[in-house]
Amino acid sequence: MTPLLSVRNLKTHFFLDEGVVKAVDGVDFDVFPGQVVGIVGESGCGKSVTIKSVMQLIQKPGRIIDGQILFRHHDEAGRETIIDLAQLDPHGKTIRSIRGAEIALIPQEPMASFSPVHTIGDQIMEAILLHLDVDEEEARRIAVERLHEVGMPNPEQRLNAYSWELSGGLRQRAMIAMSLACNPRLLIADEPTTAIDVTTQAQVLNLLLTLQKQHNMAIIFITHDLGVIAQIADFVVVMYLGRVMESGPVEDIFFNPQHPYTKALLESIPSIYAPAGKRLPTIEGSIPHPFSRPSGCPFHPRCKAFMPGVCNAAIPKLKAINDRQSVSCFLYDHAPAIVEGS
Amino acid sequence: MTQYIIKRLLLLPLLLFIFSVFAFFIIQAPPGDFVTSYIAELAASGSSMDQAQIEALREQYGLDQPLIVQYFRWVGGMLRGDFGVSLDWKRPIMELIKERLLLTVLLGAATFIISWSLAIPIGIISATKQYSFIDYFFTVFNYLGVATPTFMTALVLMWLAYSYFGISVTGLFSPEYVDAPWSLARVIDLLKHLWLPALILALDGTARLARVMRANLLDELNKPYVEMARAKGMSEWRLVLKYPVHLAINPLVSTIGWYLPMLFSGSVIVATVLNLPTIGPLLLRSLTNQDMFLAGVIVLIYCFLAIIGTLISDVLLAWLDPRIRMEA
Ligand SMILES: Nc1ncnc2c1ncn2[C@@H]1O[C@H](COP(=O)(O)OP(=O)(O)OP(=O)(O)O)[C@@H](O)[C@H]1O
Ligand SMILES: [Mg+2]
Repeated sequence: MTPLLSVRNLKTHFFLDEGVVKAVDGVDFDVFPGQVVGIVGESGCGKSVTIKSVMQLIQKPGRIIDGQILFRHHDEAGRETIIDLAQLDPHGKTIRSIRGAEIALIPQEPMASFSPVHTIGDQIMEAILLHLDVDEEEARRIAVERLHEVGMPNPEQRLNAYSWELSGGLRQRAMIAMSLACNPRLLIADEPTTAIDVTTQAQVLNLLLTLQKQHNMAIIFITHDLGVIAQIADFVVVMYLGRVMESGPVEDIFFNPQHPYTKALLESIPSIYAPAGKRLPTIEGSIPHPFSRPSGCPFHPRCKAFMPGVCNAAIPKLKAINDRQSVSCFLYDHAPAIVEGS
Repeated sequence: MTQYIIKRLLLLPLLLFIFSVFAFFIIQAPPGDFVTSYIAELAASGSSMDQAQIEALREQYGLDQPLIVQYFRWVGGMLRGDFGVSLDWKRPIMELIKERLLLTVLLGAATFIISWSLAIPIGIISATKQYSFIDYFFTVFNYLGVATPTFMTALVLMWLAYSYFGISVTGLFSPEYVDAPWSLARVIDLLKHLWLPALILALDGTARLARVMRANLLDELNKPYVEMARAKGMSEWRLVLKYPVHLAINPLVSTIGWYLPMLFSGSVIVATVLNLPTIGPLLLRSLTNQDMFLAGVIVLIYCFLAIIGTLISDVLLAWLDPRIRMEA
């Protein structure tokens, strides 16, 4: 099977007066049709920037400076072509015909992502009218159907509601309805459950999984919560400081982690099997400031397996270590790496 | 919404009553009355009046009555459409202010339309093209607009027009139309004259509005709903005009309320410099001459305009912003 989306060596930097923020600095991953890919990593590691790059939503002073984002695009005639999203004009027609129609977004903050002075019906119907060749009445019918699908009570009346009239959970459901309006093949959910309480969180996750099966979409699910990843993802990408540390099927990541960072991350989750009174291990050190990236492997200053002269000299490439997992770490890689500055 | 407007309209008489009391007593506050200043004027020109004449004059205008009686006579008259007589001009106030009021409102409307239709696009372009050449250009323009007093602009333009084109740009009518009755030709003549003072007055407002619009829009452009609209595949212009511009304009709409009266009082100097037959200079003269009934009527008209202005901006705001509609 060929991937729906292939991100290769993606680099997105922000050019500030104070210096360059290398928010994403060489990211690789694939998303296959119908697959749920979870991207995990600590706050600020570049998860949002990665997916905004995929949708060409990066604003000045940020820019995609390198890499490919290959996507299986269906053009107007219904033909399938592979295009490199990284090469597209962010304001151009092609990317606009993909956004919302083929790749849809569920944003981090549902409250702020609806306009407070337009009804949710207006905003959902707009998404439909932009991409589907239907009249207003038909758009309204589809909007009601989508709201019904996401479990919104009284969908007809809710079309006239404003986002601030809804509870957090319903607001997120309305947002999901809007994102699914045009049946996207790839749904990108950027921490869709951080803003809502735990019970509602579980409902929203279940809803997403149900809809994913019904519509047979692929999902990129972003979170810093490994528990959520365990519930929802088929495949996991672990990010640290703008790079992928490890990726693999969810069982392998949880039961057979390879990268020292993944191991440290897993150890820091509370477990009911741990002996009582045992202190929860945390990852030593703190995330470096974006301007002062460590040389070599970005994780080396906090790594337990740090090898002086190796890890701080060059950046390890993401390499397959078996037929399932890929890791970027010199513990597994003796082949030539990316030399600093190249 | 209709209910909200009705509620506001019902408040109108009450507000007008309160303002009329204020207007009356503020006008009465300075020591002396019209007769005192009239005597002083006579004395300055060498003549005088005897006590009996003075009393007769006071009685004629009701100035010998207690204040409360004077107030009710004044208000009672206005309710019957009788605005009283100007002590200074010795003419009915209605007659004095009728045309001036119309011209003032016209000038105000023209100024308003010019400043908004310039400022909003300038603000939008500056914000969407932040730090571009055009943004810097408008920033400089705005600083100049805010920093230059309007009467200065008026003087400079007057001088330029006179010394280069030999035309006089003062007044709102050509000499032959000043006292002519209304006709199509007079309206056309008015329009020929109106645009320049309107432009001068608008310049200042444009600069202020454009700066606020730019700042508001820059704030809104970074909001997540803008990114969401992009993620839906909307084109940049369409989404900017539909979402952030709408939200950036709302705070500006609430300034319309005090715009109307401010324009009237703010234009006094320009109207004097340009010799415009508007209300401003009339108020100035009535105050210096203690022509209190005229001054009272004009102040009351200002208050009325302020109330109407606030009502208009509140209704507009409620119409534009559902959050405000719900509270109302
Ligand atoms: N517009 C911007 N200008 C400058 N730097 C930016 C900008 N947007 C993001 N960054 C930087 O890029 C890095 C990655 O940010 P990103 O938002 O992708 O983090 P994240 O992994 O999504 O974190 P979180 O879990 O908090 O959402 C951060 O260091 C951030 O400071
Ligand atoms: Mg994020």
